[in-house]
Amino acid sequence: IYCYRKPKTKRAKRFLEKREPKLNENTKNAMLIKGGNANLTVTEVLKDIYAVKKPFAVLYKRKNITRPFEDQTSLEFFSKKSDCSLFLFGSHNKKRPNNLIIGRMFDYHVLDMIELGIEKFVSLKDVKNSKCPEGTKPMLIFAGDMFDVNEEYRRLKSLLIDFFRGPTVPSIRLAGLEYVLHFTAVDGKIYMRSYKVLLKKSGCKIPRIELEEMGPSLDLVMRRTHLASDDLYKLSLKQPKALKPKKKKNISHDVFGTTYGRIHMQKQDLSKLQTRKMKGLKKRPAEKSAEDGGAAPKKSKSA
Amino acid sequence: LVARLPEPTFRLPREKPPPRPRPPTRWEQFARLKGIRRRKKTSLVWDEQAKEWRRRWGYRRAGGDPSRAWLAEVPAGADPEEDQFARLRREKRERVARNELNRLRNLARAHRAGSAVPAAPLHPTGHQDRDELRRVARVARVSTASLGRFQPRLPKEPAEPPSRSGGKKRRFDPLLGNLAAERSRQLELLRDMGSKKPVLDITRAVNKQLRQEEAEAAAANKGKKQSKRGKRGRRQQRPGRSGKKSGARRQQQQQKPAVGG
Repeated sequence: IYCYRKPKTKRAKRFLEKREPKLNENTKNAMLIKGGNANLTVTEVLKDIYAVKKPFAVLYKRKNITRPFEDQTSLEFFSKKSDCSLFLFGSHNKKRPNNLIIGRMFDYHVLDMIELGIEKFVSLKDVKNSKCPEGTKPMLIFAGDMFDVNEEYRRLKSLLIDFFRGPTVPSIRLAGLEYVLHFTAVDGKIYMRSYKVLLKKSGCKIPRIELEEMGPSLDLVMRRTHLASDDLYKLSLKQPKALKPKKKKNISHDVFGTTYGRIHMQKQDLSKLQTRKMKGLKKRPAEKSAEDGGAAPKKSKSA
Repeated sequence: LVARLPEPTFRLPREKPPPRPRPPTRWEQFARLKGIRRRKKTSLVWDEQAKEWRRRWGYRRAGGDPSRAWLAEVPAGADPEEDQFARLRREKRERVARNELNRLRNLARAHRAGSAVPAAPLHPTGHQDRDELRRVARVARVSTASLGRFQPRLPKEPAEPPSRSGGKKRRFDPLLGNLAAERSRQLELLRDMGSKKPVLDITRAVNKQLRQEEAEAAAANKGKKQSKRGKRGRRQQRPGRSGKKSGARRQQQQQKPAVGG
């Protein structure tokens, strides 16, 4: 921990250790901020997204009069104080109504920022269905070839995955896969829909899946963007070498999932090979002496 | 019913840059050199007086509370008028101060080592201090074919002061200086050129070179076999390794590289 003052309590030390750069990082936290004049729609959107991202988000209650695209220092200050690397800033004015700026940070500096306009919004409480428990890890689906073709849309996809991913886990309980977030990019608009997965009884072991609309649904249109330069983005993607999985030698996998191993043998003398013993094929002493042709008969003991 | 998720393939940017390995502290370097390893200490110590297991330090420690010590013996050879309690308190304060100083020095060394990135492309992080930026600007100016001599300066940038040392090879004596020294130097040169005896003693030079090569080979071997040897091996192998004289001699040897005229 590089700080001039050593932490005096164990609690302070743990607090600082949680925030320092690590090999395996913590789950990214998001901060949801209201701008100078944020209307009801924008506030509702922020509250709903807070509900979706519940333990890993901070909702700021007061309005903060900043313009993220002009001056990023205020956002960086908040990010440093609350240790959040994702942010969602909502504001409203005549030129940009129902504005939402989604962004992420690298090393407490703004990496990417994309401004989206909300065209239509259906909130959680408007849809009268059963909801998922808080903290459910969602499944993300991206539809539309714009997400692969257009550079800005590709960054937006990466941003949305980062935002809604939740904690990274090695294994997941199948009954807990309840929440689906579906993003479609078509006609220059981005539609976000959330569904709850209902597992219905079917004849076989695999249950029948039914999707029921629930939760916030947004119709967004992309406005301004502030994307990081290529080399800064590459720098942020860089993973330390220690995280690379160790490659086991002499083991290979093929496409079908079969594992192949290689064994290295030394040179073998095939004449001295130890094979199965078949007792019936063993040479009897009489046969052996006949083969030798009396070349070396047994020496009889002479008295 | 639990499913194992496959390894993630989609690369997402990190939150913070990966942690840099911090350079070893002075003690850690010394311990590695000597082969000293950490010994895990027990958390409880047997207190003979209280006849129970007590902590090693902290609340109700094994040796009794040091702030309540009512007896401080005057050590042999100390001034009998001196206040021993004051001396103990002063020494503790000095120890704490020295520890803190060493910790700060280690931190500063680590910070300096971390930011001395010589040739990596210098990406602006936004929070570099003025000295770093100045250093970076100087490196950028000097990385031209004419080593920055004809590089235009910004309107308010101060002119670089001509460094008096100018590096080892760019040091020149003033033209009209010490006339006596110049005269003696020229006469000595003439004398060496005229004499029959060679200036370079071949045998001495060759011996020096051989010794240097042996030292390098020994250092390379020591690096490989470090884990196997221990304190004993280290002590036996290099008797005068970290002495001042041998270090200086080694430095001098390295400064004169190609001895084989």
